[in-house]
Amino acid sequence: MPGSSVSIIEVDKYFGDFHVLKNVSLEIEENEFFSLLGPSGCGKTTLLRIIAGLEDVDDGDVLLDDKSILNLPPNKRPVNTIFQNYALFPHLSVYENIAFPLRLKKFSESEIKRRVDWLLNLVRLEEHAQKKPSQLSGGQKQRVSLARALANEPKVLLLDEPVSALDAKLRQELLIELDNLHDRVGITFIYVTHDQAEAISISDHVAVMNSGVVVQYGTPYEIYESPADTFVANFIGESNLMKGDVVEILSDEYIVVEFPSFGRVICYRDKPVKVDDTVLITLRPEKIRIMHNKPTPSDGVPGNVVHGIVDEVIYMGYQTKYFIKTDEGYILKVYKQHVSYLLDERIIKWKDEVFLYWNPDDSFIVEVEEN
Amino acid sequence: MTSKHERDEVLSSGSGYEKYGSIYLIWLVIFFVIPVIVILAYSFLTRDYQGGIILKFSLQGYKDIFNLNYLTVFIRTVIISFISAAICILIAVPVSYYIVYSKLKNFLLLLVIIPFWTNSLIRIYAWIFILGNNGLINQLLLNSGIVNSYVKFIYNNAAVLLILVYTYLPFAILPLFSSIERLEKQLFEAAMDLGCTKRQVFFKVLLPNIKQGIVSAFVFVFIPALGTYAVPELVGGKNSRLIGNEIARQLTIARNWPAAAAISSILLILTIIAVIVFIYGGEKRETR
Repeated sequence: MPGSSVSIIEVDKYFGDFHVLKNVSLEIEENEFFSLLGPSGCGKTTLLRIIAGLEDVDDGDVLLDDKSILNLPPNKRPVNTIFQNYALFPHLSVYENIAFPLRLKKFSESEIKRRVDWLLNLVRLEEHAQKKPSQLSGGQKQRVSLARALANEPKVLLLDEPVSALDAKLRQELLIELDNLHDRVGITFIYVTHDQAEAISISDHVAVMNSGVVVQYGTPYEIYESPADTFVANFIGESNLMKGDVVEILSDEYIVVEFPSFGRVICYRDKPVKVDDTVLITLRPEKIRIMHNKPTPSDGVPGNVVHGIVDEVIYMGYQTKYFIKTDEGYILKVYKQHVSYLLDERIIKWKDEVFLYWNPDDSFIVEVEEN
Repeated sequence: MTSKHERDEVLSSGSGYEKYGSIYLIWLVIFFVIPVIVILAYSFLTRDYQGGIILKFSLQGYKDIFNLNYLTVFIRTVIISFISAAICILIAVPVSYYIVYSKLKNFLLLLVIIPFWTNSLIRIYAWIFILGNNGLINQLLLNSGIVNSYVKFIYNNAAVLLILVYTYLPFAILPLFSSIERLEKQLFEAAMDLGCTKRQVFFKVLLPNIKQGIVSAFVFVFIPALGTYAVPELVGGKNSRLIGNEIARQLTIARNWPAAAAISSILLILTIIAVIVFIYGGEKRETR
């Protein structure tokens, strides 16, 4: 079943005086896995409900394959929704829940059975067909609601935080299952979540929303590696955000920034700046290398070296999170991935003196205040 | 071991509930179970013509009611109770739904409960004041010249039905309100999303999920309506006497206490059968 493209065109939505969606425009390609990511209250669920037809817009248009669907009621749209709390019909068995949309369409009993059996197989719930929703676990309930939503063969599947009610391990499993399901049914998925890890792990494209505005649109790599502003940098993954003044322009690519509590470092010049501008620099904790011995600059690659003392160690098995106090007293987050057997190494411990090293490309400007 | 001791104390404090429970049990036995047994016993004793009974076994009470041909009264009682329960549910389902999703939910619930603060006799007299031959509506109709002589709104079965529905509607609204409130609103959205029209949402999702509430509402109206006395007494006509009125008549006017007890016993058994049928029927459908 082929999916549809969805176009959101300059949509405005108010709840009373509250401006929930502010002139939102988005292009969602056919058959892609698209995520709407943002904190609670950013308008992402409202946008999903508008596509489903459960909310009206105050202005703007929603197109499905270039045709407006705004005047269609929810039951006439080739779009189905997975609700956060499953919304299974408690009075019907698993089989009857999945058959529900098919019975509405008055399919023959044998056709209903053929389709429901196929869907039960798709979500691996064959042996639970006769159970009531109350007898299922959270993950099973969500798989029933998936099968039920797919029964109508929608062009677009809308998923409203479908895994957020599950525990961490199950969440991972269901995400992988969703990804496989997307590959198998090949329709457009629009996935709403506040969990950045979920969004960047399975999406083709992500739109980051904040306060009713799309603040960044792009592939997961673009969103993570090149956040558009402070909000995105903070919201997606973790980062060290530092405010400093530009003291020297090295080239088109690099600048020297002086941080009051940090010293001078070389940063990537991804935005036009001049000397004396105040800039906000972001640096991902996993991009910093941590070592006992001072690194010797080799083959002319400019690098930043900072000296500090280990202030906090959080060992997590696959990685260790260090909080390093620089000589000036600033705390930098540094995450070290353990790619080798740790016990053979000289392990970095609390109170150790360490050197931090990173490539200037990894510290870049997110915001500029001109002086 | 202090900790074990403390734990035992905490656990045994649960029996406090049992103490309170036993008080209620004693209350029920004294004021409900024993009177019911007395009524059952009276129905098998001999009539004393002064009123009261003579302690001698007799089936005359039951024979009297068959002779008096109460079958029509019984049937009328069941039909009127059934219709008023049905009307109450027809009104209460949409009303409860509206209240659950209203912004004024608490205020509207208060309005439903407020009539309980007033004596039911006074409320029936209020209806007489409104609907009576010299009542408010008739005055208006006469003064405005729409009718020439008063319209007989009360002293008939319709008036009995109207006031039964009015009296027992809150008993239907409250259980339906709680069963609709328990349902997630997303169920209705999911149903629309899956292709239901609004009508189909009502019949395929809302109704099946509030079956238990409908059964409770029906029982809460039907059962008290079976035993109603004051309403037909005050606003009923010659042909709207119900079982409750006959019991009172046998007790006070005919002074046939065994017969009154016999009618009460039959009503009691009918009621118990009705409750079992409704509740068991409702549960059976629920677990299918």
